[in-house]
Amino acid sequence: MQEPAIGRAVPRREGRAKVTGRARYVDDLTLPGMLHGVTVRSPQPRGAIRNITYGDGIPWNEITVVTAADIPGRNIVTLIVEDQPYLAHEIVNHAEEPVLLLAHADRHLLEEARRRVTIEMDPLPAVLTMDEALEKKEIIWGADNIFKSYRVGRGDVNAAWVNATTIVEGEYATGAQEQLYIEPNGMLAIADSASGVTVWGSMQCPYYIHKALAGLFGLPAEKIRVVQMETGGGFGGKEEYPSIIAGHAALLAWKSGRPVKLIYDRAEDMVATTKRHPSRTHIKTGVDSEGKLVAMEIDFVIDGGAYCTLSPVVLSRGTIHASGPYFCPNIRVSGRAVATNVPPHGAFRGFGAPQSIFGLERHMDRTAAAAGIEPDEFRKANFIKPGQMSAVGQMMRDPVDMGAILDRALELSNYHEKRRRFALEPANGPVRKGIGFSTFMHGAGFTGSGEDHLASIATVEVSRDGRIRVLTASTEIGQGTITIFSQIAADALGVDIDDIDIVQPDTSVVPDSGPTVASRTCMVVGKLVELAAHALRRTLSAVGLPDEGYSRDEFHRCCRIHVEHNGSLSASAQYAPDKDVKWDDERYEGDAYGSYAWAAYVAEVSVDLTTFEIRVDDFVAVQEIGKVINPVLATGQIEGGVAQAIGWALSEDVVWREGRMVNAQMTNYIMPTSVDLPPIRVFFEEVPYPNGPAGAKGIGELPMDGPAPAIANAVAHATGLDVRRIPLTPETLTALAEVAVG
Amino acid sequence: MSRLLDALRTSLHLTGTKEGCGEGECGACGVTIDGRLVNSCLVPLIHAGGTAIGTIEGVAIGDQLDAVQQAFIQYGGAQCGICTPGMVLAARALLERVPDPTLEDVRHALAGNLCRCTGYMRIFEAVLAAVKQRGQTGAGA
Repeated sequence: MQEPAIGRAVPRREGRAKVTGRARYVDDLTLPGMLHGVTVRSPQPRGAIRNITYGDGIPWNEITVVTAADIPGRNIVTLIVEDQPYLAHEIVNHAEEPVLLLAHADRHLLEEARRRVTIEMDPLPAVLTMDEALEKKEIIWGADNIFKSYRVGRGDVNAAWVNATTIVEGEYATGAQEQLYIEPNGMLAIADSASGVTVWGSMQCPYYIHKALAGLFGLPAEKIRVVQMETGGGFGGKEEYPSIIAGHAALLAWKSGRPVKLIYDRAEDMVATTKRHPSRTHIKTGVDSEGKLVAMEIDFVIDGGAYCTLSPVVLSRGTIHASGPYFCPNIRVSGRAVATNVPPHGAFRGFGAPQSIFGLERHMDRTAAAAGIEPDEFRKANFIKPGQMSAVGQMMRDPVDMGAILDRALELSNYHEKRRRFALEPANGPVRKGIGFSTFMHGAGFTGSGEDHLASIATVEVSRDGRIRVLTASTEIGQGTITIFSQIAADALGVDIDDIDIVQPDTSVVPDSGPTVASRTCMVVGKLVELAAHALRRTLSAVGLPDEGYSRDEFHRCCRIHVEHNGSLSASAQYAPDKDVKWDDERYEGDAYGSYAWAAYVAEVSVDLTTFEIRVDDFVAVQEIGKVINPVLATGQIEGGVAQAIGWALSEDVVWREGRMVNAQMTNYIMPTSVDLPPIRVFFEEVPYPNGPAGAKGIGELPMDGPAPAIANAVAHATGLDVRRIPLTPETLTALAEVAVG
Repeated sequence: MSRLLDALRTSLHLTGTKEGCGEGECGACGVTIDGRLVNSCLVPLIHAGGTAIGTIEGVAIGDQLDAVQQAFIQYGGAQCGICTPGMVLAARALLERVPDPTLEDVRHALAGNLCRCTGYMRIFEAVLAAVKQRGQTGAGA
């Protein structure tokens, strides 16, 4: 058999297309007779639409206009709760809410036309902050402005405080963050009542869009086709949002009878689409004389924006991750997602966990200091061990030694020596140095019974010309889906990587493998690919394929024989509930995730006390991830996630005015450039997860959890300032310093 | 007013050059004009009259990738790929001026090209590896 592909740095299979500019993204497509589309959006955060007027000087008779009245099916974006319309009809609930759509062949004329549409509104009082939402002076959603709340916990927190010798309280806040994929959202659609609807576009989840369009048009599933084009980054920003832009492009195509391409302008994409949920976490911890946590109370609030969308799931993940990789016998976590009149917030790598973990890891350092214990000793005294139960009632079984992972990270970063030296050394001019860390875990896959409900399917088939085709709905969005699925399938079948074709996700061709989210693509869907491949092998035993030890040529010969006799060869695998994973949906407790990846991150910073600029000088990321399928791709995931989290921690500031992002340009929303990042040093450990392909766990979101609190802890070490919120811009740090001084 | 970027993508069907922001910040629209790297989203088409434009389509010679392209594949310099054409041109523009750059040189030369996926580490490694490769084959293709 071949040398195994898993574990090798197999080059990205679509790499050649990407480095030559031949990879095809949606805006690279044109169809004959194509029109361009544009969205006309609400100018106000909340109000009743009184009138829409179309200004002079535009040939309106040439322009396709779509309003809510033109929707053939239901004007509801299918997700969790049926509250969000594709197009606002009478009431607008956030600034930039889509009201109507225009299409024309001339993009410049179209932009002129968009500016000449006036949406007259009678304003209603808008709720613009989490506090205002919770005050309930104005109810904008449901009965109480709360999309969802959770309560998880164990033991008796109220009774446990008496056993604490040190009690620390604090409040921590994180801001919104724009995903800022370099390719904006875009869709190309054709639609008519006879043949149905087809959309090509930039997306993470073809079947989410498929379901959404079926409802929008009132058409059966077979009449809807969704095709993923090369996608220039997603990070969650193209998880749920694309259903809306796909619906809009399709509505214009439906009404005009022409293909319509709708590509968002960058400023539009930033101001109108989803961002990371802002959060506020209040934590109170009690520690006994031995440094052990005896009581923990966490109140976690996230801002969901104007419509429910995915906020309940973001809240769920943030709530479950709020207590971190620690054991505390008495713990209570309450989570709430509230409604405000801003564009709905949505999925972004980490999905609630980075928010709650920021608060926790900052609080752990503060608690350690109050108790007179070194921060690393404090963590080690409290890491959850196999056999202990998490806050949500999961018996931890992973034989992972977090203390050893932390020690390794501290050694690689020279933490102890630097921690001492930076505190003792006289300042080098205005620059103070600091070093800090965070320890955390991240659960991969859908929470609880989520994977059971998804019931994902993967298919492996052999084509007439002997090519092996892998069919899933998992999208390549840069993380390496195509390459790792090829490695998994090649090893499972005993063939060459180059024999494998990963089929372009097209709902008319591939099965529903669930969405490309939640760090599940390798761990869950990759496992199904492995199982389907094994099933294919077993089918071939009927034509003489040995159980093992066969050559690549023998495999291909058996495939040919089978296809000649039977016409086709294909095998599928469907996700089966893991008997060992017990989750109670009603009481919201049990085994929340099949597996966790574990990590310790260390950040070394310089803080300039004249300008209050912060630089990260060195960054060490140590994580245990089950199995490294492809070292280059896995390292790339960690480096990229750390970079995004450094941006979230230091420079990515969404500035709000009247419910709208006012710095909606790359010029004034600052993401890290090549000169803004430290060396990011990545180290892996492997404790195989039995249910992952070759033992692999999910890792896509893990790196988002650690950097921000590690940096905040490092800045606190450097300056003595009690950092509580991010982004830690120079302005924020200045204000903190001023409070400390006077 | 037409931009050079629109002429390339729409009139000439050279879609390798990408639009990421339309404001000259992300560098995905990078091309060379008479050998100089520019953001084509900021160039009025009329300014490009009479010049020689270099795009990503002109980098590989037939099936033969240049050293930077090969290194990007080998070292993981491309993830989603949308910034890659501009990034390749920016790296090549650097190596034309500075055949043996330091890491700092590379960081600064690429500061006009935003990448959201990689964190730039693999890109630096790819560019520095391409330097070695070009040295071995006697300057680059």
